[in-house]
Amino acid sequence: MKLRELAHSRAGDKGDTSNLSLIAYRERDYEHLRRHVTAAAVRAHLGDLVRGDVVRHELPNLAAFNFVISRALGGGVTRSLALDAHGKSFSSVLLELEIPGPDPAAPATP
Amino acid sequence: MVRLGSGAGYSGDRIEPAVELVERGEIDYLVFECLAERTIALAQQARRLDPESGFDPLLDSRMRAVLATALRRRIRIVTNMGAANPVAAARRIAEIARALGLGAVRIAAVCGDDVLEHVLAGNYRFEETGTRVRDLGDRVVSANAYLGAQPICEALRTGAAVVVTGRAADPALFLAPLVHEFGWSMDDWQALGQGTLVGHLLECAGQITGGYFADPGIKDVPDLARLGFPIGEVEPNGDLVITKVAGSGGRVSAATCKEQLLYEIHDPAKYFQPDVVADFSDVRVVEIGPDRVRVTGGKGTPATGMLKVSVGYVDSYVGEGQISYAGTGAVARARLALDIVRERLRLTGVRMSESRFDLVGVDALHGDRGPRAAVDPYEVRLRVTGRAESVHEAARIGNEVETLYTNGPAGGGGVSKHAREVVAVQSVLIPAAMVKASVRIVEAAS
Repeated sequence: MKLRELAHSRAGDKGDTSNLSLIAYRERDYEHLRRHVTAAAVRAHLGDLVRGDVVRHELPNLAAFNFVISRALGGGVTRSLALDAHGKSFSSVLLELEIPGPDPAAPATP
Repeated sequence: MVRLGSGAGYSGDRIEPAVELVERGEIDYLVFECLAERTIALAQQARRLDPESGFDPLLDSRMRAVLATALRRRIRIVTNMGAANPVAAARRIAEIARALGLGAVRIAAVCGDDVLEHVLAGNYRFEETGTRVRDLGDRVVSANAYLGAQPICEALRTGAAVVVTGRAADPALFLAPLVHEFGWSMDDWQALGQGTLVGHLLECAGQITGGYFADPGIKDVPDLARLGFPIGEVEPNGDLVITKVAGSGGRVSAATCKEQLLYEIHDPAKYFQPDVVADFSDVRVVEIGPDRVRVTGGKGTPATGMLKVSVGYVDSYVGEGQISYAGTGAVARARLALDIVRERLRLTGVRMSESRFDLVGVDALHGDRGPRAAVDPYEVRLRVTGRAESVHEAARIGNEVETLYTNGPAGGGGVSKHAREVVAVQSVLIPAAMVKASVRIVEAAS
């Protein structure tokens, strides 16, 4: 399924760095997302759209993650030639990621 | 309890929700955050041409909309609309107060964020590229340090009805009223961390009340057209409830608060601020009623002693042209047009250090990663943009798109073109002790 079905996201920008939050709609999907939406998976998914590394921060209290992507914005928001210089629409790219569906029989974790 | 209203999340933000906040929000403070990274560099350029300019272009409109009501209800205003010239902004607000017949009004300008001379003398190293400030030669136009809450508190202690700053850390605009009201110590890292959390959540205004959130069918937001701006209800211990004006549009939920909590954050445990390194890693978000969300758990560790400085400089010149094609074969004609423009820019020797050839509606935002549509879109817009060393050279790019009218494929229409100077921003860190903030008072007599 598409990540969009399990979580939502907002993109932020600072200089040439983009951050993408990923927030589970249901707290019980957090572990499933933690397993499948790794930094490596996100890096591979973004492909040549960005040039730098992806670091994932985990926020279990919020059932959320924060992906920080370096060299992501064409040298920086203030000089990028991109139509979307801020990378605001990168949240939509992230949510297109295909992941396995969570096991409906799995016990709900708080 | 102190009630903080957030009246603007960026320089061009809507004005009506701020009016709603002062009239019906029962707030104690109204904060306008209007200063993006690059805005201050552009404002600095404007100030060079006119010494009484350099503040936010919407200052007049915002103040005329809220000042009378705010004064009558004893709502104090804090804003960074001073941009490159807080003192001129304060004088302008005083003029508006006089023109509106509002009686005696004290306005405090927070100065000292302009550190251009110091940054040039120190030839600091840019955080992102590793190059140094003086490598940019005479292209540097501004250097402004992010001030913290302390000078804003000093301004509030003067009793000013309006405090206007230049560059300050966005959350500090909200943290300062809390420090002022509750008497928090500037080494109470837990309080400063939670206060920074308050500011971070509120600083983008409508982005926490359902703005920039809606996705029909999965994330619906009621009455988005009348989106209300947020109110932070803060207790003396820092406990926070985010809400909005009753009856306004939008929605405050755990989900809207979480999206804003992580917006423009890197490591959630290390959110670097002038007054504190805030730690949001243990934050909890709980819905306690309709459009009421409690947010607790902000912490902090001592500030680093360094301040971030945004250095603005003339980076390059960018030219751009766009044209649209429609109907069957639109994508093929647009691709042909891109090839023609690429070839003509080469043949005529337009010098570009970087360029992009996009089809808006097909591959402009994310390249060609989307699923291949079975049929082409009905319409498509071609976009060519490139970076050059002069505005004259940059203008040639848009011209080669415009000439597609009579020299390109069939049916192109709706050309737009422009060429502009790019003022870009990079950051350096300087010792906080090098920055001497001060407060200037401007009085509007009755």
